[in-house]
Amino acid sequence: MLKDVLGLKSRTRYATLPPRPSPSVPDENRCPQCGGMIPAGNEGRLMVCPECGYHFPLGAWERISLITDEDSFVEFDAGVSSTDPLKFPGYDAKLIQSQELSGLNEAVVTGRASIKGVETVLGVMDSRFMMGSMGSVVGEKIARAFEAARKCRLPVVMFTASGGARMQEGMLSLLQMAKTSAAVKRFSNEGLLYISVLTHPTTGGVTASFATLADIIMAEPGATVGFAGARVIEQTIRQKLPSGFQKSEFLLEHGMVDLVVPRSELKDILHRLLKLHQGRRP
Amino acid sequence: MNYSRPLDFEKDYLDLKFKLEELREYAVRKDLDLSAEIEALESRMNTLKEERYRHLKAWQKYQLARHQDRPLTLEYIKAIFDDFIELHGDRCYGDDPAIVGGLAWLDDIPVTVLGHQKGKDTPQNIHRNFGMAHPEGYRKACRLMRQAEKFKRPLICFVDTPGAYPGTGAEERGQGWAIAETLAQMVSLRIPTLSLVIGEGGSGGALALGAADRVLMLSYAVYSVISPQGCASILWNDASRSEEMAENLKMTAPDLLALGIIDEIVPEPLDGAHRDPEAVFRAVGERIRFHLRDLMQQDVLSRLERRYTRLREIGYYAD
Repeated sequence: MLKDVLGLKSRTRYATLPPRPSPSVPDENRCPQCGGMIPAGNEGRLMVCPECGYHFPLGAWERISLITDEDSFVEFDAGVSSTDPLKFPGYDAKLIQSQELSGLNEAVVTGRASIKGVETVLGVMDSRFMMGSMGSVVGEKIARAFEAARKCRLPVVMFTASGGARMQEGMLSLLQMAKTSAAVKRFSNEGLLYISVLTHPTTGGVTASFATLADIIMAEPGATVGFAGARVIEQTIRQKLPSGFQKSEFLLEHGMVDLVVPRSELKDILHRLLKLHQGRRP
Repeated sequence: MNYSRPLDFEKDYLDLKFKLEELREYAVRKDLDLSAEIEALESRMNTLKEERYRHLKAWQKYQLARHQDRPLTLEYIKAIFDDFIELHGDRCYGDDPAIVGGLAWLDDIPVTVLGHQKGKDTPQNIHRNFGMAHPEGYRKACRLMRQAEKFKRPLICFVDTPGAYPGTGAEERGQGWAIAETLAQMVSLRIPTLSLVIGEGGSGGALALGAADRVLMLSYAVYSVISPQGCASILWNDASRSEEMAENLKMTAPDLLALGIIDEIVPEPLDGAHRDPEAVFRAVGERIRFHLRDLMQQDVLSRLERRYTRLREIGYYAD
């Protein structure tokens, strides 16, 4: 199984995806947790430190190439882009800067793809784009993805990474929580499957809406997932938080997620879950 | 009449208002005809009132919305509904005093009422955790929503919270999960739902009781994705610029009506709801009756469809 995942990561397959300027890992591929080096080549594409298992944040397109079958991904709503409805100081510049930095149009990429042959609707957030924050566009694309999946009777897999609601769009951002929750609920009422994978970091309004409304909630190891940010909590309770607080393993212990799954096993377990819900043994 | 805790911008007006009342009392006590003086003072006071309150800044409304004397959820419930029976607990972990809920009569209609509850003074605020709910508060709300749906009772929610509580216990028990479940529950209820932002609508913790068929807001209430202080310190690294940030966040009732976030503004007295609570309770009660009557006439499916479309259309983007 691991070989399948790794096999996906050859240069030629990578090249079928739109070009993007910057990878999510600094040039030296040095692990911020243990200081070890990530070897170049196939193995490095997982972006997991071989020494300590640290999971580097993964860009949306890297994630898509890792999880979906070659050439199967068809993007939805690529042209939906942010305006500056509140004329918020600095927002325009920040959007342009984020687009240049990430090579993305917005903080989520949605579309349709197959995972080892199983058709799914997929959403992948990218924390490099304004901390993966949810404004009107992210909310709209997520809602449309669930509506499309409902229409086509397909399962949905969402990879979340977000600092929460996007402050620069004020209440319009906050209401995306209600909008996405409503879309998930409608989809879910049809008896269709939704799996979310919480990746580092998933906090605020995304945690408090569509991310945690899934039938099955998974998390990548060591991901920070919670509602309030650690700094806000520390200021409120006037205490330092313990080191594992709000990590995936902490959430598993407190009954908040179904599974903590290493990146190398994600595609396999997603496939098994999708197959089971189709009622077909793989 | 209460003149306590004046805000900076209203000090001179409230001083004048107080003097006028003193003068009136004095005239009665001494049996003097001071009507000319009183009239002159009254007209000065009214001019000043207009000047002070007619064009309030977002930050000033934010202060009024959080004013210590502002009427709170339980006062609205007591004034507008009859025979309120408070129900407690999430059947799972505990009872959160920061969210109250229960059953009551609105005229001859049995209803379920929910709301964030702040305190009037420090001991009360400590008990109510300043209106900042834990997951058990949202789970209680969820439970009472399901119960309302079962018995086909309309649901009325009062929104007044700085936000969901950011603490360790709240995180351990799934604050994000509880809010998400409440949102998903509320948007799909088959009963008529109405939310009123009566004071401070702070972020996701407020929205959890705000995903209704219709959302009304008092004229000085605020509703924001983040506090102006929080936003100024995150984006500008400078909490002292909160006043300026309050303006940018578009958190006032007229701003939110224009953005399609709320459906109606319920006017409060020019000098704030706390200066004449009875008038506010009457106005709010009248609007609740109006909207519930209207919502109850719609059939379930078209009401659900409208509720979905209302949320679906919120947001601005280029496509």
